[in-house]
Amino acid sequence: MAVDKNMNVLIVDDYKTMLRIIRNLLRQLGFVNIDEATDGSMALQMLRNGNYGLVISDWNMEPMTGLQLLREVRADAKLKPTPFIMVTAESKSENVIAAKEAGVSNYIVKPFNAETLKAKMVSVLGDF
Amino acid sequence: MSASDLDRQLALRLEELRKEYGDAVKLERVADVVRALLLSVNHGDVRLYKELESLAAYIQQAKEEIASLQPDELRQEVIASATDELDAIVGATEQATNTIMDMADQLEILRPELPPEVGEKLGEVTTHIYEACSFQDITGQRISKVVGALKHIESKLDALVRAFGPEFERPVASQARPFSAAGAPSDEDLLNGPQLPDKAKKQDEIDALFNSIG
Repeated sequence: MAVDKNMNVLIVDDYKTMLRIIRNLLRQLGFVNIDEATDGSMALQMLRNGNYGLVISDWNMEPMTGLQLLREVRADAKLKPTPFIMVTAESKSENVIAAKEAGVSNYIVKPFNAETLKAKMVSVLGDF
Repeated sequence: MSASDLDRQLALRLEELRKEYGDAVKLERVADVVRALLLSVNHGDVRLYKELESLAAYIQQAKEEIASLQPDELRQEVIASATDELDAIVGATEQATNTIMDMADQLEILRPELPPEVGEKLGEVTTHIYEACSFQDITGQRISKVVGALKHIESKLDALVRAFGPEFERPVASQARPFSAAGAPSDEDLLNGPQLPDKAKKQDEIDALFNSIG
């Protein structure tokens, strides 16, 4: 099934610059409905009140981290199937293992490029 | 007073001090206790007296050596200044990054007015500009780690300054983030920030690891 580029995408990062970078890259990939949150708790509230087809989240945020957000999403019956890509500078093996065990859909290490972002989105959503 | 009596008395007095002042007992208070106990020592306890005297002299020497390092000045001026400088670096790079991205956005606006092949090339260029701007996020996190380390040193210096006595006391510095207890790594334990370039995993290593986990 073709990917609907009109789907709502939620990007979560406490660095406004990074939000802007991801937003611009997504826009260049053809995605137009992009919302932003600056930590996990804000994102969770938006996810519960909205209808998102993809979450792209940083890990290291306060008060709620990306991993905590992921666990909340996977524990919520309605949100559970939402594809969730972690984009983080945390590159240790234990981080990747912890994220995978928590149910992350894919994992991107910063700094990344548009090609990597697209490849991971394709692996999660299907080709577009 | 026998050596064992003195031990008991010393333990008792130190416990009283701990109850009254917690773990931040000033050196002067400890010295008072030692001095009071020395006065109660009779001539038969000369050896013990000399050992305690030697201990008191050692403490005094350590105090003078630490004082010569000027821990309060280090804490108040050097470290505070370094953290401010690092904060300024983060602010300046963020501002510069946003300016660069503003310019890239302007180029994007021009794309529809250009011949398709030129517009496509311009799109590639702006994509690379956006990618390159992510350096600001990484450098910001690295600098935050250094600031955290400096604040930890600052809190240790603050404890030293307080141990010297009232003449060295200053407002309490911020506390370093505590590490969680042993056991399965918690979310907090796992947050180490970006690794140094020669230690950080590349995306293909992340992919291999990710795909190897069931």
